[in-house]
Amino acid sequence: MAKVRKGIEVSIAMSEAVAQANVDVIAAYPITPQTHIVEHLSEIVAEGHLDAEYVPVESEHSAMSVCCGSAAVGARTFTSTSSQGLALMSEIFTIAAAMRLPVVMALANRSLSSPLSIWNDHSDVMSVRDAGWIHVFVESGQESYDHVFTSFRIAEDPAVMLPVAINLDGFILTHMIEPIEYEDDETIRKYLPDVKMKNALHPDSPVSMGCFGMPEIYTEAQMHRQVGVVNSYGTIVKAWQEWGDLTGRYYRPVETYRTDDADYCIVTMGSYGETAMEVVDSLRGEGEKVGVIKLRLWRPFPFEDFRREALGKKTLIVVDRAISFGGPGGPVASELRSALYGVPGAPKIVNYVAGLAGRDVARVDFRNIILEGKAKAEKGDTDGFTLYGVRG
Amino acid sequence: MDKFSVFSARLVDKTENFTSGHRACQGCAEALAVRHVMKALGRDTIVAMATGCMEIISSPLPLTSWKVPWIHNAFENPSAVISGVESGMKAMMRKGKLPYKKINYVAMGGDGATADIGMGQLSGALERGHDFLYVCYDNEAYMNTGIQRSSSTPYGASTTTSPAGKVSIGQHTQKKNMAQIAVAHNVPYVATACSSYPFDLMDKVKRGADTPGAAYINCLSVCPTGWRIPTEDAIKYGRLAVDCCIYPLYEVIGGQYKLSYKPYKKVPVTEYIKGQGRFRHLTDSDIAFIQGQVDREWEKILKLCGEGK
Amino acid sequence: MAKPMEKITWQEIETGSVVTEIGNARQYETGSWRSERPVVDAGLCIKCGVCWLFCPDSSVKQAPDGHFEADLVYCKGCGICAKECPVGCITMVSEEG
Repeated sequence: MAKVRKGIEVSIAMSEAVAQANVDVIAAYPITPQTHIVEHLSEIVAEGHLDAEYVPVESEHSAMSVCCGSAAVGARTFTSTSSQGLALMSEIFTIAAAMRLPVVMALANRSLSSPLSIWNDHSDVMSVRDAGWIHVFVESGQESYDHVFTSFRIAEDPAVMLPVAINLDGFILTHMIEPIEYEDDETIRKYLPDVKMKNALHPDSPVSMGCFGMPEIYTEAQMHRQVGVVNSYGTIVKAWQEWGDLTGRYYRPVETYRTDDADYCIVTMGSYGETAMEVVDSLRGEGEKVGVIKLRLWRPFPFEDFRREALGKKTLIVVDRAISFGGPGGPVASELRSALYGVPGAPKIVNYVAGLAGRDVARVDFRNIILEGKAKAEKGDTDGFTLYGVRG
Repeated sequence: MDKFSVFSARLVDKTENFTSGHRACQGCAEALAVRHVMKALGRDTIVAMATGCMEIISSPLPLTSWKVPWIHNAFENPSAVISGVESGMKAMMRKGKLPYKKINYVAMGGDGATADIGMGQLSGALERGHDFLYVCYDNEAYMNTGIQRSSSTPYGASTTTSPAGKVSIGQHTQKKNMAQIAVAHNVPYVATACSSYPFDLMDKVKRGADTPGAAYINCLSVCPTGWRIPTEDAIKYGRLAVDCCIYPLYEVIGGQYKLSYKPYKKVPVTEYIKGQGRFRHLTDSDIAFIQGQVDREWEKILKLCGEGK
Repeated sequence: MAKPMEKITWQEIETGSVVTEIGNARQYETGSWRSERPVVDAGLCIKCGVCWLFCPDSSVKQAPDGHFEADLVYCKGCGICAKECPVGCITMVSEEG
């Protein structure tokens, strides 16, 4: 069987990947800009192309609750949401991770209200940063398609058993039409075996899940989770490596572009990476020694990969897509500052928050951010963050 | 009336699927109800339970009282969790990923989980028609957190958030009628039950579990701690609730109402109210008012069951 | 037999804090909560099982001769059995002296 290349909307490609992954249960509630993913999935199920239960729940809270139930019996489980939907399900979002239920979610990143906005930024995902999920950011349609398979593979690995969120920028990615290379079903079957869950709920081997923890045992349960999330790193890297060996498309926790001899780098997460690379190309033509560092893996945070790329640079200009109100800066910059704190020769970090709720960040804006950020670092002006483009 | 015959107790299955060593208060008729429900369901059952008394007392890590597969996730979501359990099993069995087995899918919660915080999720699961049974253990307040009022607390009851005071009768709203709300979803099976009538309760649980589609049982579960009654009177007050007709036992099968039990003699509601600490402050005229309400509701139920005058 | 919770290390926690030893709550002996215990007059007992059926703690067992008596390992002393016994053969007796 051969690969097929299709010009297709990213949401549609993602839902077709979910069908190829032979998912058993999909539970979702409609919210812009996730809708095309779940609409198309319900169509795939209705047409009999995927034998699965599509559970059209009455809220996102129920969507994640249904996912917990179905993952607990060992069924392959998928959902998708955005923004307020994520906020509403956040209670169960955390519990899914704590109960080690391997749900995979396409998280079409969108701003949080208010003012109500349907457009893209990262304020939704940052609100659940510490819930214990694995978070991956993708920047193209191809990556969105590919990460459906790798995410199931990682989530359901007996050594991991954690839910995975595939973060893709709402509209910017979800509604984009791109050429995407599809793998054939045979390849997928080889890469993604059926779920083999050790403690699935079944009358033949009863277990109790979701028990009550007294102070005497809660800390140990959390330590178990912490080690589980940290240790998932090895499985993640291996799953991506094997995917690359099968398809020729390799992914790494931290990816770079023209950083080898760069003095300073712009750091992005999500779909901004592509624009950043174009701007870096043009600045390189002007003699600027600039590169791009892209974070693909957000949790578990790839400390070593990041430090390896960051050390030796003079300045990192970090573009955040969310504000930590009253905090030290955008969530990504805070993380990077913390990762480099006390490391000898660590680069300076300048932080911009840009593109809130879909405010356009064009190439010229990236150019401004890079050059202005570089100048700020040279002046030693590295505290806090700048809200790029704000009027007044 | 086999269901109420004394010697039938020995015919009940001896297997305990909800074991001793649970930490419910002395005389907890809710734990008793769980015991009866689990006897009726048997081992081929998966239970999803809401946060609450029964969850806390049965699952303090690393111990569990459950002998069937059991999952607790959050307070408001057992109906959604069981929807996922049922959907996952159905899909995997259909696809040959699991061998077929008849399994009872059962969600359970208290009245707070059912009538308040989990109302939307219950409605969603009933409407979608998953093949499951929901059992609400209705002890008429948030007992686990310290006897706060719920929408299932009856009129006139004093709780820690509806205290009786100089200008308050205590709970001043009417008990939410969850069975009727379930009926409004046109599900194939709805019933009311009480652990003071264990044979009736177990029959209904079996019937609800055997009914394809969604089933709902509202089980009055006397709480000596919250109702402020002596522990040994837990069974008595459940019986009185039924005998005074404040809590009628009935089934609604495919939309058809059927009275399960008609008291030989309707006991005055004051018999039920007078010994309970939560009603201690009520005056004779308050009780007369409640009697009027009970009479009207009882007439409605009789009429629905075709037993009206 | 599960270890006491305060002795369990994080490595001994099952993934997702799942409990695989079903019904192990029986190792928790609730009988110590009791201030009164039910005493059955075996001669009067009609072996109907009502006390067994109404026990919230499943702590009534049947003796070889067929009469029912409290399992004092779990009995919390609520008194339901004494109250519900149709022949009044159960008496609640103080545990203190």
